[in-house]
Amino acid sequence: MKSRVKKSISRSIRHAEVNAPSHPRLTAAELKEIAQRILNFSEADETEVEIDVSTDALTRFANNIIHQNVAEQVLHISVRAVMDGRTARATTNKTDEESLRRVAAAAEKLALHQPKIPGLLPMLGKQKIPKVSRFFAATAGCTPQDRARAVTRVCKLAEKNNQTAAGIFSSGAMQSVLANSNGLFAHHEQTRSEFSVTILEPNSSGWAKANSPDIRELDPDGLAERASRKAAGTREPRELPPGHYTAILEPSAVLDLVGFLFYDFAATAILDKRSCFNDRMGKKVFGDNVTLWDDVYHPYQLGAPYDGEGFPKQKVLLVDRGVPKNLVYSRSTAKKMKAKPTGHGFSLPNEYGEAPMNLVFGGGDKSLDDMIRSTERGILVTRLWYIREVDPYEKILTGMTRDGTFLVEDGRVTGGIRNFRFNQSLLEMLSNVEMLGPAVRAAGEESFEMVVPAMKVNNFHFSEVTKF
Amino acid sequence: MQDWANWGLDTAKRRGATYADARVMDIRQRDISTKNGEVGTLVESESLGIGIRVIASGAWGFASTDRLTREGIDTCAAEAVAIAKASALAKHGDVALAPENPYVDTWQNPFLKDPFRIPVERQIDLLLAADKEMRRIKGVTLAEGSMTFRKIDQLFVSSIGSVIHQIKMQSGAGIVATSFAGSEIQKRSYPNSFGGQHALEGYELIEALDLVGNAGRTGEEAVALHSAAQCPEKTGTIILGSSQLSLQIHESIGHPIELDRVLGQEANFAGMSFLTVDKLRKLRYGSDIVNVVADARLAHGPGLGTFAYDDEGVPAQCTPIITNGLFTGYLSNRETASAIGEDRSNGTMRTESWNRLPIIRMTNVSINPGKWKYDDLIADTDDAILMDTNRSWSIDDRRYHFQFSTEIGWEIKGGKKGRMIKNPSYSGITTEFWNSCDAICSRDDWTLWGTPNCGKGQPMQTMGTGHGASPARFRNIKIGVAFAK
Repeated sequence: MKSRVKKSISRSIRHAEVNAPSHPRLTAAELKEIAQRILNFSEADETEVEIDVSTDALTRFANNIIHQNVAEQVLHISVRAVMDGRTARATTNKTDEESLRRVAAAAEKLALHQPKIPGLLPMLGKQKIPKVSRFFAATAGCTPQDRARAVTRVCKLAEKNNQTAAGIFSSGAMQSVLANSNGLFAHHEQTRSEFSVTILEPNSSGWAKANSPDIRELDPDGLAERASRKAAGTREPRELPPGHYTAILEPSAVLDLVGFLFYDFAATAILDKRSCFNDRMGKKVFGDNVTLWDDVYHPYQLGAPYDGEGFPKQKVLLVDRGVPKNLVYSRSTAKKMKAKPTGHGFSLPNEYGEAPMNLVFGGGDKSLDDMIRSTERGILVTRLWYIREVDPYEKILTGMTRDGTFLVEDGRVTGGIRNFRFNQSLLEMLSNVEMLGPAVRAAGEESFEMVVPAMKVNNFHFSEVTKF
Repeated sequence: MQDWANWGLDTAKRRGATYADARVMDIRQRDISTKNGEVGTLVESESLGIGIRVIASGAWGFASTDRLTREGIDTCAAEAVAIAKASALAKHGDVALAPENPYVDTWQNPFLKDPFRIPVERQIDLLLAADKEMRRIKGVTLAEGSMTFRKIDQLFVSSIGSVIHQIKMQSGAGIVATSFAGSEIQKRSYPNSFGGQHALEGYELIEALDLVGNAGRTGEEAVALHSAAQCPEKTGTIILGSSQLSLQIHESIGHPIELDRVLGQEANFAGMSFLTVDKLRKLRYGSDIVNVVADARLAHGPGLGTFAYDDEGVPAQCTPIITNGLFTGYLSNRETASAIGEDRSNGTMRTESWNRLPIIRMTNVSINPGKWKYDDLIADTDDAILMDTNRSWSIDDRRYHFQFSTEIGWEIKGGKKGRMIKNPSYSGITTEFWNSCDAICSRDDWTLWGTPNCGKGQPMQTMGTGHGASPARFRNIKIGVAFAK
């Protein structure tokens, strides 16, 4: 089934390469030319221009039919001006001469209408930025018909199993340039594709999702079959009492939890005293088996290899065997804290500084089956939903299980259970990890994509139960 | 605008669309934020484009572009039709729409002061003055303030003959004081969390908030929370402040009544709803005193859900959602109204921007004021926790089970407001919760709150919604579970 899907997509790609319907409409050279025109207009002390252009399409299905099907082309031109130690930004999506002049002037005018910014650094000059390859013509060329054909097969699978399918199949391409009056020029392009499916039965549901810059790596049929099995496996769910259980968290569930940690590693969050690592850096916070990097160059990661100011991104070891070791820094935060910038700054001006956006967890060698077989009584969680922070310092999170929550007894899955609410400290959870699976590129709904493993976690606090 | 929209419609019809609408939107926004005495964000943005929605071969297609040339719009309209024809590969029947009349109209929300004409330095000075007042309080470790202004100029044209021009001006602002001490981060926000108050008003809204006058108290409360008593874990009575009740309405009434969720269209992402169609006009949603409406009309107030026409050309309406406790209405569009046999959409199709498909969204979903004076409600309460200003919110994907925590609480003992409580939280099942409501304060304490950050749809859209609420009392509520060990 998997290879059939790939062949089907490959066929359509060959056709699509002629029309390239999803490819951004401007070339890198054209974007550079627009940026240069703005730099030429600008009368600011320093000027920075960022241009993003993207083409995205998304086919949405529910009740075994396509009910929404959309496409968009978006251009975003953003100009930052520095005037006498002050800086501000103006944006537009209009490319005519008058609009480009206006956006440059607007940034200059805004910059002047504020107090001087202490410690504002000069813009970067030319940088040596490592290359990453994240653009796939097969993804850029995907057509509405390609997506509709895959969705049709998934809907037919659901109908065959007396189930109902809902989900999305999306594809798109983007490119971005960042240039400034000090000679910086950076360019990044990438494609994206995603398939997500929920399969419903009258009193149960299952879910699966994947994304990739290369659409040929997606397997909609396989994902649908997995979701279908989960829906069938959780029929007539039992209600268990809330309490502390061993939890086996699939990568999507892990992703959506640990995603809440990312900003805590920002040096600015430490300065602002809103990080859970305030007074905890260098101390044992997690278990020995928890190691975490930020690494935009990891083969499973996406994104540009430079930050909002054009500084090349560095790989940073954030947590080493349970001990938070390093933070990420923008240029200005690094100067304040006498550290080196790591290439994680947001576009200026902003109040948040920086953040690691390409988290990579160290994985283990245990399979999901290993975790299940070794569990006397526990809960297998497919995905989590509506996670919110209850306590920012102890990092207590609340949320719900969703679309495939199973009871594990005596080393095997024995059936579905009603969904739980949890209230769980992330710091405690990552101190209680008994087993880790291999780190994979996970997709969830609450966090941006990361590379995380499945985890078997002891003493996970499921605090209440809902009605389904 | 009119030419662009007409080109889109003409091309869509020529390519085979049996229905088409085109929406040109010109959006201008200003965002300002301050932090610890410095300007953080200072950005002005503009975005202009067209979204074209069609039915062709009995199925939906939508495409959008910011390339507003004849060629760009023709290509966009042709793409919308091609997408619709691809959608038809997976359909069970043709899309059917509830009937609607054509309208030719122009509307603009009233406001007194155009925020884009107020000098930026004056706006920054106001935020920095509030920032300074917060940081005067010993123990405040982080002071933040923000303002957002948005002007949306939009033209809607449809193949049934509607030409509707609307201009909406929206303003919002708020401040936050955070205090880190020991092993706790506590914070207080004014006038509400997550960006403060937002409404379809001009700069007069910001001036009326008196951010500077409230900054000192905001900072003091953030610091005082460290020495407050921990919220107990028990079952008991709570009184919710109006801003917290507005979010309770949003999550446990506003979302479950969205008919697209009810009919399964959001099953993969936002989720479904326990309010299946068999429950309409049968389910006892709340106690007899609970009356909730979805009202997009200006008469309801300048909420973020106020407009003259929705984004598929249906006039603003007031729909009774809960009437004396009985569930009486959904939020619908032309397609879902038709699907459940209603004769008309109640006008809730809304879109974030020109590049997004309109979907069913809350308008102003508000609880009607009750009869209680606030002081009388407190005096009438023997033992309760008063909870105010949301800190976290979570609800399951069918909208049964929720848990909320608030920034601050106070004990009510013997009819009097007593000591401060930190880390308050409560949880429950939606209908059990609303049926436990036994007192709602009067219009004197009723505020139409703006929620600027409601996310829904794929691709995700962020929408502003309005929720009028006054303080209300609930009995037999589970309290304190969020921090239970």
